[in-house]
Amino acid sequence: MSAQATIFPSEPKWELEGTSRIPFLTYTSEELYKRELEHFFYKGHWCYVGLEAEVPNPGDFKRTVVGERSVIMTRDADGQINVVENVCAHRGMRFCRERHGNKKGFTCPYHQWSYTLKGDLQGVPFRRGVKQADGSFQGGMPTDFKPAEHGLTKLKVATRGGVVFASFDHEVESLDDYLGPEIGQYFDRLFNGRKLTILGYNRQRIPGNWKLMQENIKDPYHPGLLHTWFVTFGLWRADNKSELVMDAKHRHAAMISTRGTGGEAGQVTSVSSFKQTMQLNDPSFLDIVQEPWWDGPTAVMTTIFPSVILQQQVNSVSTRHIQPNGHGSFDFVWTHFGFEDDSEEMTQRRLRQANLFGPAGFVSADDGEVIEFSQQAFESKPFHRALAELGGREVNEHTPHMVTETLIRGMYEYWRQVMEAPDVPAAAGAAARDCGHGTA
Amino acid sequence: MDFQAYHELTQLYADYASAVDSGNWDLWPEFFTEQCSYRLQPRENHERGFPLATLSFTSKGMLKDRVYGIRETLFHDPYYQRHVVGAPVIRRAEGERFECEANYAVFRTKLSEVSTVFNVGRYIDTVVRTPDGLKFASRLVVYDSEMIPNSIIYPL
Repeated sequence: MSAQATIFPSEPKWELEGTSRIPFLTYTSEELYKRELEHFFYKGHWCYVGLEAEVPNPGDFKRTVVGERSVIMTRDADGQINVVENVCAHRGMRFCRERHGNKKGFTCPYHQWSYTLKGDLQGVPFRRGVKQADGSFQGGMPTDFKPAEHGLTKLKVATRGGVVFASFDHEVESLDDYLGPEIGQYFDRLFNGRKLTILGYNRQRIPGNWKLMQENIKDPYHPGLLHTWFVTFGLWRADNKSELVMDAKHRHAAMISTRGTGGEAGQVTSVSSFKQTMQLNDPSFLDIVQEPWWDGPTAVMTTIFPSVILQQQVNSVSTRHIQPNGHGSFDFVWTHFGFEDDSEEMTQRRLRQANLFGPAGFVSADDGEVIEFSQQAFESKPFHRALAELGGREVNEHTPHMVTETLIRGMYEYWRQVMEAPDVPAAAGAAARDCGHGTA
Repeated sequence: MDFQAYHELTQLYADYASAVDSGNWDLWPEFFTEQCSYRLQPRENHERGFPLATLSFTSKGMLKDRVYGIRETLFHDPYYQRHVVGAPVIRRAEGERFECEANYAVFRTKLSEVSTVFNVGRYIDTVVRTPDGLKFASRLVVYDSEMIPNSIIYPL
């Protein structure tokens, strides 16, 4: 009977010091997942909502999510970006059903409460009741009803380089501080102020815990092993010059690599799947042209915790939005883009290289597959743990190679700090902590 | 379009479905001309005028490279797929060149699992007559399915 409790524990058990052994329970517990939503997606963090180029004109809107909560990004008449929650202030209906469009404001169809693009309540039908023949009114809202108090929930919004982030937490630190200088420089390398052009979307539902996708892009161990397409055609080589960086809190990261060019690829690739003689029938998949803004690296994959991955893989650039729905599933939305000054040739090149990525991509479809099969095992064996000990058990903020899982350990170090912090009454955060309330 | 040509066209559609459900992926590129276009695109991108496709191949060589990827490099859960393709609608027939469309539904069956609806949409095609019979000069696969259930590996 104690075996039962061992197989289905209620609390994650971390072996050893640190975070090199990750309990499967962190991927399977609905309770921990709810806690993650609250502490990572709804409090104290910035979440990706989209690109300014998706709502170029006043009145444009895009429906998306922060965590599991439906939100709408709008551009108002002043040209400002707003993000409001898609929950009517009256009866709570998720009123916005279109995914994009252009409107002067929003009206909930249920009782026609109407809102501006900034989320302010504008109209309430029969607010003052129905006028009778004798001049009196029947019904209506109470006389002390104040529309100003019943707008849509407004999120705090920040943009950087045309990328829009939002937070339900108006006390959140600035986006610049949130990203930090180490990751900020790679963010700015991709989003350096040029106007973006939207090339389109890919949407997939991956039956795995959302963190597995963050881990996948913090894991430089797998690309040369799982993605044999990369290796077969010489895009991944063991002599790639590589670097890993993370922010001071170890939650965001960048994997930076520069394709090796010296010598024969076969001499520098120790991976068995490399085939010296293998040629593409159509080499235009790998028609790679160096762009000036790369400033060296041929690929930079940036994870912004918790909600987005920024991709530059040679000429293919995209954002990948992580949208969790339950502890064992997330939607993964890819927005491929280009830049306003791209030639038609470059646009075609970006679109062609998009064949490598996305839910059917030569080197991305398999990422979704391995995540699904990991989750399957976690669910059946929640007392066990995964290993992330390549390169040691510590967290190294800067690593000049790819043979390490330090970025994963770093993320879980941060995860533990937040998830294991004593619960603090929301209204009296810092004061309560100072008083030592609820310390372990 | 005469009856003989229509019969050949419906045979092409039936043969294609049979081939991509057979597991013999080498059959697939042979339905296309050398300078063909095969694109798999979400309906969202198609209707909003966004050029991105989930897969976009512009030569028979690329289709062969995809077959190599499926067989040799793309790790994936093996599955059966089963196409159910509606009768083609002929939008335009000019000599030996036909523009047509057909609805499709593809069911997926993973080993030890129940069968599920995998992907639904329509083919928007240009078919041309070649010395080797009718071939697709272009096949645009526009899918309604809003969420790809994890991945698409095999040709639709």
